[in-house]
Amino acid sequence: MAGAKEIRTQIKSIQNTQKITKAMEMVAASKMRRAQDRMAATKPYAEKMRNVIGHLAMAHPEYKHPFLIEREAKRVGFIIVSSDRGLCGGLNINLFKQAVLAMKEWQQKGVEIDLVLIGQKASQFFKRMGGNVLGQVTHLGDRPHLSDLIGSVKVMLDGYTEGRIDRLFLVENEFVNTMTQKPRVSTLLPIAASGEEELKHHWDYIYEPDAQDVLDGLLMRYVESQVYQSVVENVACEMAARMIAMKSATDNAGELIGDLKLVYNKARQAAITQEISEIVSGAAAV
Amino acid sequence: MAMTMHVDIVSAEESIFSGTVEELYAPGEMGELGIFPRHTQLVTRLKPGEVRVKREGQSELELYFVSGGILEVQPHVVTVLADTAVRAKDLDEAAALEAKKQAEEALADKKADFDYAKAQTELAEAVAQLRTIQKIRKQGGQ
Repeated sequence: MAGAKEIRTQIKSIQNTQKITKAMEMVAASKMRRAQDRMAATKPYAEKMRNVIGHLAMAHPEYKHPFLIEREAKRVGFIIVSSDRGLCGGLNINLFKQAVLAMKEWQQKGVEIDLVLIGQKASQFFKRMGGNVLGQVTHLGDRPHLSDLIGSVKVMLDGYTEGRIDRLFLVENEFVNTMTQKPRVSTLLPIAASGEEELKHHWDYIYEPDAQDVLDGLLMRYVESQVYQSVVENVACEMAARMIAMKSATDNAGELIGDLKLVYNKARQAAITQEISEIVSGAAAV
Repeated sequence: MAMTMHVDIVSAEESIFSGTVEELYAPGEMGELGIFPRHTQLVTRLKPGEVRVKREGQSELELYFVSGGILEVQPHVVTVLADTAVRAKDLDEAAALEAKKQAEEALADKKADFDYAKAQTELAEAVAQLRTIQKIRKQGGQ
């Protein structure tokens, strides 16, 4: 009978863990749905902006904003978007792997690297890894705001305008669907010239105050909105990954409980059998 | 029937307004703008203030506050790209400095950054060690 009590407490404790993972799974599922809605809400802004920028760039070929000019890369910047919290499977680790791979490629060419980190996990990882961290933002929560990102993005944008960095990359998670999140490295700067559509009927905007000022403001906001979008997408990814991780944890706990129950029942049965045989043999002796 | 145009007011975080409108007024950087359908193409920066729109068939104006942004006008489509926060050069500068400071602090302040996962595994290890020591002691005592 000695084993039975221990097994019982073990089952209890696993059941408690299962309750927690189950709750986390459900919380993550509902948060994911909201994050997905927000993801959809950020799309029109960037789309509209791309249209205007595309038109501006085409109507004014003589004015080249530094953001649109491709330079030889001597130093590159990376903005890495990660989550604040863990317990979301391999989401962050996969992302960092991808980032380190991309960074190695540049380092082999003798190019130096600057980093801006978003999220607690990136900050922890790159502290151990080392790297020239220029700025970081953490604790954005489930509802990130663009205003929290302006500062760290500006660090990189200033670096680009002043010629300290020649490329800017964004390392982010792409939300494919609930089951899959793919790490992705994309180029933020220089902004690739959008579609080569011809300017059919010749018209141009009236600019107030003037074209360059408007373009400057637009491009800065465009890059910021791209980073913001990836932060929102990352929240959705985090929640999806956590949901899956917690679901498998709950399933595993269920399996474990099943196995333990079997062992427990066997132990109990053995104890009863033993007791009966003791009584019977005791009675026979009398 | 009055002429109308389609208006979208969007910010980076959400879509604020979308609908068919007869008139729109916006605080342009060079002065207040009134836009009616078939206005010529125009792009301008906006000051913080309110964008007022008159929906189709209604006589009253609806108000939307924007903290700056950009207004794009096409003859039948008007888009307001609204900022989510008041932007000014020195404010942006302060935000940039703040981000830098955070990075420096995190790098310099090794103690403050408490890695809970790491601490927990270390604690678990220490506890296991203690338990083993106690067991060995007990066996030695018997």
